[in-house]
Amino acid sequence: MIEKLNAIRRQAEKEMNKVASYGELNDLRVKYLGKKGELTAVLRGMGSLSPEERPQVGQAANQVRSDIEKILEVRGNELKEQQLQESLKKETIDITLPGQNIFIGRKHPITLVIDQIKEIFLGMGYTISEGPEIELDYYNFEALNIPPEHPARDMQDSFYISDEVLLRTHTSPVQVRTMEKTVPQVPVKIICPGKVYRRDDDATHSPMFHQVEGLVIDKGISMGDLKGTLLTFARQMFGEDRQIRLRPSYFPFTEPSAEVDISCMMCGGEGCRVCSHTGWLEILGSGMVHPRVLEMSGYNPEEVSGFAFGMGVERVALLKYGIDDMRLLFENDLRFLTQF
Amino acid sequence: MKVAYQWLKQYIDSGLSPAELASKLTMVGLAVEHVEFLEKGIKNVVVGQIKEITRHPQADKLVICQVDMGEKTVQIVTGATNVREGHKVPVALVGAKLPGGVKMKAAKLRGIESYGMLCSGEELGIDETYVSEESRGGIMILHPDVPVGKDAVEVLGLDDAVLEFELTPNRSDCLSVINVAREVSAVSGKEITLPKIEFKETEENINDIASVEVKDEELCNRYVARVVKGVKLGPSPEWMQHFLRSAGIRPINNVVDISNYVMLEMGQPLHTFDYNRLVGHKIIVRRAYEEEKMFTLDGQERIFGSDTLLICDGEKPVAVAGVMGGLDTEVTEKTENILIEAARFHPVSIRRTSRMLGLRSESSLRFEKGLDVSNVKNACDRAAQLMAEFCGGQVVNGVIDTFDQDIELLKVPLRIARINQILGTSLTREEVTSFMERLHFSFEIMGEEMIVTIPPYRQDITREVDLIEEVARLNGYDQIPVTLPFGPTTEGRKTRLQEFADNVKNFFVGVGLVEVITYSFINRKDLDKIILAEDCPLRKTVKVKNPLSDEQGIMRTTLAPGLLATAALNTSRRKTDLAIFECGRIFMPGSEKLPEETEVLGALVSGSLNRGWNWQAQTLDFYFLKGVLAALFDRLEIKDWRLKAEKLPPFLHPGRAGSIHVNNCLVGYIGEIHPRVQDNYDLEEKTCIMQIDLAPLADASPNVVRYIPFGKFPSVQRDMALLVPESLAAEEVSAMIRAKGGEILTGVSLFDVYKGAQVPEGYKSLAYSLSFQAVDRTLTDEEVTRVFDQTKSELFAKFGVELR
Ligand SMILES: [Zn+2]
Repeated sequence: MIEKLNAIRRQAEKEMNKVASYGELNDLRVKYLGKKGELTAVLRGMGSLSPEERPQVGQAANQVRSDIEKILEVRGNELKEQQLQESLKKETIDITLPGQNIFIGRKHPITLVIDQIKEIFLGMGYTISEGPEIELDYYNFEALNIPPEHPARDMQDSFYISDEVLLRTHTSPVQVRTMEKTVPQVPVKIICPGKVYRRDDDATHSPMFHQVEGLVIDKGISMGDLKGTLLTFARQMFGEDRQIRLRPSYFPFTEPSAEVDISCMMCGGEGCRVCSHTGWLEILGSGMVHPRVLEMSGYNPEEVSGFAFGMGVERVALLKYGIDDMRLLFENDLRFLTQF
Repeated sequence: MKVAYQWLKQYIDSGLSPAELASKLTMVGLAVEHVEFLEKGIKNVVVGQIKEITRHPQADKLVICQVDMGEKTVQIVTGATNVREGHKVPVALVGAKLPGGVKMKAAKLRGIESYGMLCSGEELGIDETYVSEESRGGIMILHPDVPVGKDAVEVLGLDDAVLEFELTPNRSDCLSVINVAREVSAVSGKEITLPKIEFKETEENINDIASVEVKDEELCNRYVARVVKGVKLGPSPEWMQHFLRSAGIRPINNVVDISNYVMLEMGQPLHTFDYNRLVGHKIIVRRAYEEEKMFTLDGQERIFGSDTLLICDGEKPVAVAGVMGGLDTEVTEKTENILIEAARFHPVSIRRTSRMLGLRSESSLRFEKGLDVSNVKNACDRAAQLMAEFCGGQVVNGVIDTFDQDIELLKVPLRIARINQILGTSLTREEVTSFMERLHFSFEIMGEEMIVTIPPYRQDITREVDLIEEVARLNGYDQIPVTLPFGPTTEGRKTRLQEFADNVKNFFVGVGLVEVITYSFINRKDLDKIILAEDCPLRKTVKVKNPLSDEQGIMRTTLAPGLLATAALNTSRRKTDLAIFECGRIFMPGSEKLPEETEVLGALVSGSLNRGWNWQAQTLDFYFLKGVLAALFDRLEIKDWRLKAEKLPPFLHPGRAGSIHVNNCLVGYIGEIHPRVQDNYDLEEKTCIMQIDLAPLADASPNVVRYIPFGKFPSVQRDMALLVPESLAAEEVSAMIRAKGGEILTGVSLFDVYKGAQVPEGYKSLAYSLSFQAVDRTLTDEEVTRVFDQTKSELFAKFGVELR
């Protein structure tokens, strides 16, 4: 009988290893271990055994049952894994088909540059000031030390609305308005971003463009502070290894005045096409606020001093993104705008 | 302003190369834009004199020249027609090198041997524009005094370099070579040598033969005249011609060249009259009579008004002061006697006149900047000296000068402490005084202050800070330390509206719109294109007086033209799927001096988005744009808003547009554009636009968002399908559902709108999903059913709605 039991086990093992699916394996479970299964059938014959043989055979039968269950489990796991693998294979998709077109909006490159400039100066404790785009001659010129017939008015040929009113040619009038509001308090620490207008239209000039100007008025402000501020800005805006260079220049509302060059970020100062092989890019105008401007705004230049600077946003955008024609910025071709 | 390096060298030997000089001057504020090296590799081109010209036996267009080269005579065949026997010309002999490495070889021209070439200006690399009349288009005819055999490169200054300055408006003093030389002296520390002005005068006194009367001293505060007799017109010396050419001025003849030369050298424009043709030998300076006429040098008849200052003789105008001479008294080949004018005219008057006449010259440019009044007589004397030297003239004794005041020089105090405070430097008094010395500014030391005397040619220096700038630039801007402002920490901040505008822009980008920036000015015709009625308030615009073109003639009163033009441009470039926005200002004439500027946000959509291989396209129609608007209001926590089919701008489709109301205030509009506008802009796709004012939106948007707890008890969904008349606005139905649903109704969402089969003509089917929930209990079925049924019967009673 024990022999028979062992034969069942061998037979079961053989058959179970042969089956290809979990279903067939279940059939074998019934066939061997079920109520009408072969093992049960053998055990039914136990009644004819002697009492001495019974425990031995019983033990052997249990051993066989547990062996078969173990085989079932191992084999079952094997088959389940096999089945899973097959179904995974069937579910395969073509991952090279395109994904859904998630459409992302874009900011205009000018806005991106202004945002970046704003962030840098906000971080340095500047407030953002704004003012009208259509300005009084007084704020645009006179209060900035540019009286009528001053040759500097030629530098900025203006669009006039009436004799007294014009489209602002720079954002400097915002500085004057802010000083008038703040006087006699100090410090004044502002940047003024915005649209400005000049009568120019070619590949490097647009009749409307954007400027960001900055102004600091406080006790004891020096040109060294201007230099430090602009160096900090240049490095945050154009990279940590930038250098700046100040050259004497002229603006009616600052004295001393300086053009500010930054070392070319394309060639690192070696000289390339972008910087006309000079290693420097002219990016800002700046200077110490002219005492006459302070006086007109109500400050005493003996008590406070200040610096001002201004830059053309388009110029920065052109350099930053390698754009070669200013007109692209306002044409609004989507093939252009969706690149930023 | 262009200056030859050798010209500067006549006054100062800086010991610096042209490139070094350019860089040093740039770093003290005299920006050199460009240094042009005239050296072009010319070798062995020498001066020869043409001894004999004979006809070429085989060719009509060629002649044979025997040219004296000093040691030998050579035969050269040329096609030039401007050479005569006796002329001195540059000759490239066999073996000579011309620009571009061309080497001269002997040649046979139609059978005749030629051992070199007579050179034109162009062949020597001289711009033909600046070649004198007799040499233009032919061989370069040299001055008769040039020695035969001399190197032509030296004679013509072709080894020189030209510095091109871009002067800032405050440094118009450097429109004078001498004043540039003064800057060179300041940067190099070397001394400057000014030309000595000395000449012989005749016995005759000028006051006996000429007179000057200035009738308007405001417009002419100094008039100086000299008479030079017996001049012979001819070419000016080659060195002078070279300096003029370098400055961009074409040599004409010795008299004209001298007046230009002195203008460039000293910064004082001059005018020369044919003395014999001045009626009464008189000069009268006066304003023009209304509509007074005169022929100017260029042969044109000009008409003046009383703003124009004229120079007249005893009978008629002979020159427009500072701008252009008259035809009648022009110096010509027949001229023997010359009256030299040096004057200081009012800058504004000259500026107005030159603008009015459209004549801007080197002279008018200098008058406009305001001249150094102390320099006027010197310049007149200098011209007289040169005319005596180079025109064979005799200077009549004496000078007429209408200016008899003492010139008092400006004295400006300068404090060392102030310099260091403004610049952040720590300069000593010794350093500062050395800078003043290099500038040739004299000074006295009075305690802590220096009192600096400003030379008359530096009119840009009027107060202490101007001197501080002088110190800063001579010390070098690179010597200024790098520091940061100290003092109390300030807080960087945006205003609420700036913050709000930035958030709104971010929102639009987030929902897939692309930002555009269009011009603030538009074309008046754009208002026709968007079919505004004649009396439409949007036609009340702010006009630009002097636009570049009509396209930029008025300030926009709506963003629509800019957005539509952008759509049109992209459509013309085959891009019709558009979702764009703009944030900017519109301008309305107001009651104040300045117009009203309103910050608005506009958007435009057309076509569709997201068309793909396994999903539906998203149509960019009215409902898309309304969805964007609703999401914006949701994002801004603005609850009370609605669209009304009223107060629509005319460019919108009257049945597919609404005005936007927030808290019952009109803040903008949204809608499909009118088909006629679509046509006017050649748009292929239906296009929707909106515009909203930013400020009221910012006001309506709460500053603080507060969390509202959501119910813990389960919610119940019930769907409701309604058959309603087509004309009934869906919003009225949902408003009624909300009203009837009471507290326990927490959501109403329209999930289907259907017309067609099974829906009778004139009706539409609306399907709503209603959510019910109570904060304090689980709702019973009966409770929900009661509210649901009441809502249905109310809808039926109110709108005749049928339930499906
Ligand atoms: Zn570079």
